[in-house]
Amino acid sequence: MAILTVASLKKRFGGLVAVNGVDYSFPSGEISAVIGPNGAGKTTFFNLITGIYVPDGGRIELDGKSLVRVKPHVIAKLGIARTFQNIRLFGSMSVLENVMVGMHIHLKSGTPGTILGWGKVRHEEQEARRKAYRLLQYVGLERHFNEEASSLPYGAQRKLEVARALAVQPKVLLLDEPAAGMNPRETAELTALIRRMQRELELTIILIEHDMKLVMQLAEHILVLDHGEKIAEGGPAAIRNNPKVIEAYLGKNAVEEGVMA
Amino acid sequence: MEINSTRERLAGSKSLQAGLLAAFVVVTSGAVYLMDKSVLAFLLLLGSLLLLYYTGFSNGIKWASAGILLLLVIPFAASGGSSHEAYMEVAAQCGIYVAMALGLNIVVGFAGLLDMGFVAFFAVGAYTYGIFATAQANNFIPGSLFPLPGGSFWIFILLGGFMAGIFGILLGLPVLRVKGDYLAIVTLGFGEIIRIIFNNMEKPINITNGAMGLSSIQPPDLFGFKFTFPHQFYFIVIGILAVVIFAVRRLEHSRLGRSWKAVRENEIAAQSMGIPLIRTKLTAFAIGASFSGMMGVVFAAKQTFIDPTSFTLVESTTILVMVVLGGMGSVPGVILGASLVTILNLQVLTELTSALNALSNNGYIGIPTALSPSKMQRLIFGLILILFAIFRPNGLIRARNRKVSLESVAGSGVYPAPAGRAAIRK
Repeated sequence: MAILTVASLKKRFGGLVAVNGVDYSFPSGEISAVIGPNGAGKTTFFNLITGIYVPDGGRIELDGKSLVRVKPHVIAKLGIARTFQNIRLFGSMSVLENVMVGMHIHLKSGTPGTILGWGKVRHEEQEARRKAYRLLQYVGLERHFNEEASSLPYGAQRKLEVARALAVQPKVLLLDEPAAGMNPRETAELTALIRRMQRELELTIILIEHDMKLVMQLAEHILVLDHGEKIAEGGPAAIRNNPKVIEAYLGKNAVEEGVMA
Repeated sequence: MEINSTRERLAGSKSLQAGLLAAFVVVTSGAVYLMDKSVLAFLLLLGSLLLLYYTGFSNGIKWASAGILLLLVIPFAASGGSSHEAYMEVAAQCGIYVAMALGLNIVVGFAGLLDMGFVAFFAVGAYTYGIFATAQANNFIPGSLFPLPGGSFWIFILLGGFMAGIFGILLGLPVLRVKGDYLAIVTLGFGEIIRIIFNNMEKPINITNGAMGLSSIQPPDLFGFKFTFPHQFYFIVIGILAVVIFAVRRLEHSRLGRSWKAVRENEIAAQSMGIPLIRTKLTAFAIGASFSGMMGVVFAAKQTFIDPTSFTLVESTTILVMVVLGGMGSVPGVILGASLVTILNLQVLTELTSALNALSNNGYIGIPTALSPSKMQRLIFGLILILFAIFRPNGLIRARNRKVSLESVAGSGVYPAPAGRAAIRK
C-alpha cells in the first residue's frame, strides 16, 4: 500500500526544469531509494515533498492528503521528517538540544506556563531530555550529549541529523545522502541503523544516495531520475541491468560495452 | 607557580571567596557612603555584582546575595552624601537599560533578527502612560477623566508592555518577510517612522502633543505614597528587572527558547522540525518589545516629561551596542554590557567632561568644547564595536549552552541500549 504518492510533479527554476512530470508511489513501511546522476533533481524532489519548494504542477499526497502549498512545519506535523544533504544542524546548540528541537511538535508548554514554571512544564522538559538522550543512544551518540553540535565529527553530525528527524516521530523519513563523506566502517554502521529503523520503528524510509552498494543492499524499490524525469523504477536487480540507467550514469558507450552487466 | 597555587586555593575555598567579596563590598560601600561623590567607588561597588557572578556559590546563594546588594547595600551606601540622587539616577537608568537590552537580546541574540529600531517599543510604552497620565487624553476622549491618578501606574506597567507587544506583532508582520541586512534596514526605518508619527500626531486630533511632548506626567502612587525621586524609582526598576531576568532565564531553556535559537541557526531545518517560522519570530518580537514597553512606562513616570527626541535612532543603536558588547544570546553578558554602556554614558563620559572643563577653565589646557568626551559618544561606540568585532566577537561573557547532568538524562545507573519502538515512542 502506498503511503506517499506523487503524480506528474513539476518544478521549474527559470528555464531549468528541475523536476518534470514525475509519478511514483512509495510503499508504506519499506525502504525506497531515489537515485540519479548529479543535478538529476533528487534534492529538489525532496524539497517539494517537504514543502520547502512549491511545485509548479502535479500532486503530492500523504495518506491521500494533499501536501501541495502546505507549509513545511505543517508537513512535519503530518508525519514527514528529513535530513539534509548539506548538513543543517543547529550548530551552536548542544547535541541534546538539537534532538529536543526535533520534539517541538510533541511538546505542549506555552509561554505563560514556561515563565511561571509550572510543574507540568518542568516535568515535560525533564521527560523530553530523557527521551532525547534515548534517541541519542539509539543512533550511538549518547557520549556527546553535552557537546556543541558543530564540534562533532562529520559522520556523527549526519547521525545527529537522523536522531533529530526521529524525534519528530515521523511516518515517513527522508534521508538526503546520509552516507556522504562517511568512511566504509561508518557507512556499514549507517546501513545497519537504517535497516533497524525501518524494522523497529515501522518507518517508511526514502533515501537519496550515491553509494550504490548501500542502495542495492537496502532499497526494495528504486526510482531513477535524470534531468528531472523518471527514467526507471523497480527493484535493485532490475535497475542494475536497466540500459537507460547505465546510460544516464556512464554514457551511451557504456551500454554497448556492457560495463555494468 | 605561586600565582597558580593561590588561584587554585581561591577557586577551591568558598569561604575565602565569601570573605574577600564581603571585604570588597564593605570597603567600596564605605567609600561610597563616606565620600561626597566618587564615581570610582560607586563603580567598584557595582562591580561587586560581577565578582559575585564569578564566585563558586550555588545559584540560590548568588541570587540572594545579589538581592541584598541591590536592595540594601547599594541604596544605603549611596544615601551617605549629597550625590545620593545622582547615584540612584544612574542605578535606575542602568536597570531600565538592562531590561531593554534583555528584550533586544531575545530578538537579536536568541532569534537572530537584527532589529535596529528597538527604541520604538520603549516609546510606545512611555507614550501609553504619558498620554493617559496627563491631561492630554482629554483632547480625544470626551469628559475630563484625565490625568488618571498615579495609582493607575501599576496597571500601566502591564498595559505598556502589552501595547508594545502588540506593536511588536504589527511591526513584525510586514517586516519579517525580509531577512538579514534587509531586516536591519526595514526595522531601522520603522523605528524612525514610529518616532515621526509621535512627532506629528497633534493634528487633526491632538493625541501625542507632537514635538512639544507631554509634561507633568503623574508620579506613581502606592496607597498614598508618591514616587518622585530617583531613589524611589530605583526600587520599581529593580522589581520589574527581577521579573524580566526571571522570565528570560526561564524562556531561554524552554521549548520556545529552543525554537528561537533553531530559527537563528538554520531556518530551513527549523521549519522541517515543525517550527512555524513567522509565529516563532513574532513571539520573539512581541516578548522583547513588551520588556521595553514596561520600562518605557517607568521612564515616562520617572522623567515626568517625554517628547519624541528621547526615542531617536541613537537610542536604538545604544541598546544594540549593549547586546553586542555583552555577548549576543548571553543573559549575564547582556546585563553586564548594558550596565557598562549606561555607566560609560552617564557617569564616566560626563565626569571626564567636567574634569576637562575644570582644567580648561583654569587655563591649564585648551580643549575646544567640540572635542569634549560626552560629545564623542558615537565615536566611542563605533570604536567599541569595531574592536569587539575583531578581538571578541562573542562579547564580554559569551553565550554558553546549559550542560545537563548525565543522571538527569539517563536516569539512575547505566541505561541499557534500548531497542525497538517502545524506546523511541512512548
